[in-house]
Amino acid sequence: MATHEFAAGESHPHAAPQGFIRKYVFSLDHKIIGLQYYFLGLAAVFVGMFLSLLMRIHLIWPTAVLPFLGEIKPETYLSLVTMHGTIMVFFVLTTAPQGGFGNYFLPIQIGAPDMAFPVLNMLSFWVTFLAFLTLLASFFVIGGAPLHGWTGYPPLSALRSSGPGEGLGADLWITSIAVFCIGALLGSLNFITTTLDMRARGMTLMRMPLTTWAWFCTAIIGLLAFGVLLSAGILLLMDRNLGTSFYLPLGTINGQLTGHKGGSPLLWQHLFWFFGHPEVYIAILPAMGVCSHLLSVGARKPVFSYKTIVLAMLSIVVLGFGVWGHHMFVSGMSPYSGYAFSIPTMAITVPSAVLSFAWLATLWRGNIRFTTPSLFGIGFVSLFVAGGVSGPFLAQPALDIQLHDTYFVIGHFHLIMAVAAIFGIFAATYHWFPKMFGRRMSESLGRWHFFITLIGTYAIFVPMHYLGIAGHPRRYSQLTEVDYLRDLIPVQKFITYAAFVTIAGQLIFLFNLFWSMFRGKQASDNPWEATTLEWTTATPPPHDNFGGHTPVVHNGPYEYSVPGAPRDYVMQTDPAAVKAH
Amino acid sequence: MASFTPTIPAPRPTTSRGNRADLPPVVGGGDGSRPDPGSPDYGARLRRARLGLVIALTPIMMLFVAFTSAYIVRQGLPTFDPHTNTVVRDWIPVPLPTLLFLINTCVLVLSSVTIECARRQLARQVALEPVPSIPGVSLVTERKFPWLALTIVLGLCFLSGQWLAWKDLASRGFYVATGPSSSFVYLLTGGHAVHLFGGILALLAAGASVILHRPLASRRIVVDVTAWYWHFMALLWIYILALLEFAH
Repeated sequence: MATHEFAAGESHPHAAPQGFIRKYVFSLDHKIIGLQYYFLGLAAVFVGMFLSLLMRIHLIWPTAVLPFLGEIKPETYLSLVTMHGTIMVFFVLTTAPQGGFGNYFLPIQIGAPDMAFPVLNMLSFWVTFLAFLTLLASFFVIGGAPLHGWTGYPPLSALRSSGPGEGLGADLWITSIAVFCIGALLGSLNFITTTLDMRARGMTLMRMPLTTWAWFCTAIIGLLAFGVLLSAGILLLMDRNLGTSFYLPLGTINGQLTGHKGGSPLLWQHLFWFFGHPEVYIAILPAMGVCSHLLSVGARKPVFSYKTIVLAMLSIVVLGFGVWGHHMFVSGMSPYSGYAFSIPTMAITVPSAVLSFAWLATLWRGNIRFTTPSLFGIGFVSLFVAGGVSGPFLAQPALDIQLHDTYFVIGHFHLIMAVAAIFGIFAATYHWFPKMFGRRMSESLGRWHFFITLIGTYAIFVPMHYLGIAGHPRRYSQLTEVDYLRDLIPVQKFITYAAFVTIAGQLIFLFNLFWSMFRGKQASDNPWEATTLEWTTATPPPHDNFGGHTPVVHNGPYEYSVPGAPRDYVMQTDPAAVKAH
Repeated sequence: MASFTPTIPAPRPTTSRGNRADLPPVVGGGDGSRPDPGSPDYGARLRRARLGLVIALTPIMMLFVAFTSAYIVRQGLPTFDPHTNTVVRDWIPVPLPTLLFLINTCVLVLSSVTIECARRQLARQVALEPVPSIPGVSLVTERKFPWLALTIVLGLCFLSGQWLAWKDLASRGFYVATGPSSSFVYLLTGGHAVHLFGGILALLAAGASVILHRPLASRRIVVDVTAWYWHFMALLWIYILALLEFAH
């Protein structure tokens, strides 16, 4: 039985609330807020997935009449593209890994009773929720959702008359993003302050679990990036509603002068991608942290070179801010700038590769327990590498001229960023579910879910690389009208069928999640025999996380298979390991 | 007979810095909303609130850095003139109401001084709070100059001055959409005004806490953090003014 040393004299920032509203709705408790974020992400991911399903159906059966929805028109297809991207990037990949698991487990993993500013934490969730409702509202206004894609390039996004969704729908879209920025900034503020100021005794920076490091790094990126997106959104709203010309050059629409002149669409692209590229790392860094963490737990080995992983993540934070121009190689930007952006883009593959090798080395000769979280961790490495190898192609300005805006790009970023980050979320869900709900998820359903999702993901996104090399542009709504695309329709059909199977596989996850919440096996306090602080406390953790105590940390987070130790793992709170070393 | 036990709070460990800590960290809510007077973790709360402020200033800075870069880029952009078939610059510098802006700057700098006085006054009050409870020790009652109220008034004066400046620009025909230069004048000054208004709201909240009998320490934390924010706003305004005056 583990003996945990605790320091007494703890005071909790706020008393445990009693009423339902204060306990579960407007809660100050980081655990409840984490769950709120998680379920927001879950709702969003199913909305986003449903939209992608409609897109896939439309691509191969463009004239199909769908029940309740009718025939999908080309402009509807574009709004589906826009909303799928926006929902997935902002409300799934940004909220669930960081707002969800980060909120729930960062304070526990560093031994704090709550986040530094609980009121701001609550505010950040509700602001994000408001942003989500605002975004969804754009489906139901005249003209529908906007057409401009999740990147919102002007002039399309800046002129109300440029398309059916570009009226009120686009205003709601921009407002939603701006509001989301504020929520994300409040979150980042909390994460950084909590990590710097509220660590338990003995929890040095270099004893923090890599998940905590990843959430910390993500918060730094968010802090620097979201303000810039907010500024870009404000300028866009002014161009749309106040008649300014920040982004709009002289131009006509339907033969009429727009009344704007002198602005530059490139300005938006620079501001947007200054945020947009770091956003990729906001999505993927938490998954990297979870993966590093879980592979060590699963392989019963210390993570390979903890310091290198931390340094690699920090260098991703720094380099991630210097590569945004690689999204703009064909935008008309100076080709010299293109090369200037190409070099740091190539450089950022170095820390990414370092991380990949560290994960493989962690698994190497480990006594791996192939539990569902481990499988998803390994799946993450697989997707990250498979999506990553196409990165250096896109980083070459010369090659990008051919590949830009084709399905190659879609395949690349869905593998490395989208589904890889989703695998991080799945791994985290299977891993922390016993701590969050006190029950175990079904392992056999988890395995089915894993294999269907992994194989399905590859079946969807690998063929897209071939489509892209063949010159298949993205965002085309109908392929039957274009000669050279007609021959590629069989590949598109295959992708759609693969999507059907993969989406069906997600229902297994949904069933497993909710069934296990009420009917799953009771979980012990430390079912994975892991070492970090969340496994020292009760299940689910009490209101102040450690039941009136503050843990005292003596060990690093990855003390597995320590020679001479009585078990194959040494808790961070175990004093014995100090002598064993 | 009175007890001889001093009630001055014992120094608490000021750390949760992991390895350097020899005692468990003292943790508590840092948003200044918790009503426990003389809370022993007051120092920790103050430090945490200040850290939070420094972190919160970063995205505000990034917002204005982004506006500045847009300002510089937009200045250099050419536009096609369909009447003359030539490429021209459409950046026409706005004649700023310089005198008014200078008066506003003075008001804001003065308010920065008064809020610093308010901050120090409250810090002194918090430090001396336990002293009267020591038997045989009494304090000469300090005259409490209303620095906080003065700062709020000066802040509102500044905002009114900005309003006059916008009216002045509009009366001379420079509206938001008149040209890129005037768009940026309104954007930068307006963005600053919104942020300063947030500071005034925080000060009003601190003032209301007097009426609501909230603990002195909580008010001190709000005022302390707002004071640093206010100084940042003064510097930001000087930066914006310099940008508009010298980089057009």
